[in-house]
Amino acid sequence: MIMDNLQSLRYFYPELTLIVAMLLVVIADISFKRLRSVLNPLLTIVSLLLAAYFTAYINHSQEANLFLGMLALDSFAQFFKLFLLLAAFLVVLGSLQSEELSQVHQGEFFALLLAVTLGMLLMANSINLAILYLSLELVSLTSYIMVGYLKGDRLSNEASLKYILFGAISTGSMLYGFSLIYGMTGSLNLYTIRDAFLSQGVQGFDQFTTLLALVLALAGFGFKTALVPFHFWCPDVYAGAPTPVTAFLSVAPKAAGFGILVRFFFSGMTQTTGSEWGLVNGINWPLVLIGISVLTMTLGNVAALTQNNLKRMLAYSSIAQAGYILMGSVVLTGEGLKSMLIYLFVYLFMNLGAFLVVTIIYNSDKSFEIGDYNGMFKRSPFLAFAMGVFMLSLTGIPPFAGFLGKLYVFLAVIEKGLIWFAVVGTLNAALAAFYYMRVIKAMVLEEGNGNVAPLQVSFLNQALLVALLIPNLLLVFFWNPIDRWTASSARLFGGL
Amino acid sequence: MGVLTRKNAVNVLMGIELILNSANINLVAFSRYSSNGIDGQMFAIIVIVVAASEVAVALAMVLTMYRLLRTVNLDQADTLKR
Repeated sequence: MIMDNLQSLRYFYPELTLIVAMLLVVIADISFKRLRSVLNPLLTIVSLLLAAYFTAYINHSQEANLFLGMLALDSFAQFFKLFLLLAAFLVVLGSLQSEELSQVHQGEFFALLLAVTLGMLLMANSINLAILYLSLELVSLTSYIMVGYLKGDRLSNEASLKYILFGAISTGSMLYGFSLIYGMTGSLNLYTIRDAFLSQGVQGFDQFTTLLALVLALAGFGFKTALVPFHFWCPDVYAGAPTPVTAFLSVAPKAAGFGILVRFFFSGMTQTTGSEWGLVNGINWPLVLIGISVLTMTLGNVAALTQNNLKRMLAYSSIAQAGYILMGSVVLTGEGLKSMLIYLFVYLFMNLGAFLVVTIIYNSDKSFEIGDYNGMFKRSPFLAFAMGVFMLSLTGIPPFAGFLGKLYVFLAVIEKGLIWFAVVGTLNAALAAFYYMRVIKAMVLEEGNGNVAPLQVSFLNQALLVALLIPNLLLVFFWNPIDRWTASSARLFGGL
Repeated sequence: MGVLTRKNAVNVLMGIELILNSANINLVAFSRYSSNGIDGQMFAIIVIVVAASEVAVALAMVLTMYRLLRTVNLDQADTLKR
């Protein structure tokens, strides 16, 4: 079903809520000088909750196209919208007591955060190349500003400059790829593109041009998700940006990037045959993705081994995690997609948790070096315990949530017969254990460096830490609901 | 090429503009051969608008860099590498 603009508005409430809230935050920021420090976060939080409520309330299972074939309305979109809103919500709470951000005026920060969230919601369900590019740029442009938010800070500025140059080049290449695809198929709509590929047969198109267009397009998605040949910005940007922004960047745009990657390749480049997806004759893009995934995991993990700055280490670790997530997309089965969604879901809690601990420790110690985490267990057992759980979860040790993600991804790959691929993944997980354990070792076993003052954690941060710990510890026991939820999100994603 | 060889941040930005414009020419040219409407030209206009805002943000960052470092040479922005 294709809806026209007026019909679509009913299903556009989440995005509209964010747009209104964004404007309100800007207005409140300039008109209420005294109240604004309370009003802005409050408005942001309320609007995010409201948008989440609308998203959960709207029936997404009817598989329609909004705005004359611009946006898709399906369960896959619903999953990503809820995921992204939850990520933004947690980051807002985590940023409230960050020392880094409190040095500068915060009004625009919340408006920008809402703008990024809006861009990501559009990105995760766009099925037209024009709206895809537009929303991707909305996310990119606002996140450039958020990275460079600390105006007087050299590192923040440098990170932002690197981010914007890499970003502009990658999205430029992606755009060139899109223009080639448009030239070959004469359409910007992903489903029409697939039909054109199918009806004329790929033989009708130049094989080389098709592959070139795909690789160029992949540059844009790879940049958003920090896959390996396009990852160079990642460590520098993560290290230089304010920590709450880093936490946000490492989860939300990455997830949106995966959403759009899946949509682009599955809607545009595959045909449905029964319950599985088949390749559009001749374009073997999963092979390209397998190569990228192996490279991403290995390089991310190996580079993380030698890092002493915890933020840089987490940056490389998030590159490696992107490699695992990508594993789910190459198998072309519903199971693969489901495993991807589960991995993303658990990744949200463990990565945001790790960055929250980094934020809290920076608040009192002003340091990101792992060496300065020595003896943290004596200063704040709770913080050390929380960090330990997040690290073990990121490693994928059984009782924690991260295990669930890894298990599903590896299972999906093995079911498809790519056993060597799963072996590579497992070896990488073992390698990753080394540097995650190093943080725990520093916190628990090492002697402190003279600084023994107990570390104060504010009530809000404690509550937030507990809220992030619970999913990490207990998700494994709610295996079934998650399984069903993600399965229904992945299954309905056939498109029109 | 301008993107890869130039050291001056402003020149790199001009290289990026060239990349975007090459895509624009493609879009407009292919739109001529397309059977359904003016999708390509519409996309090109969107790209022009986005490119303008992108450059605005990038130039703001370059300006901040100039204030902090007194240079726009990208080789000197290596504090994070150490």
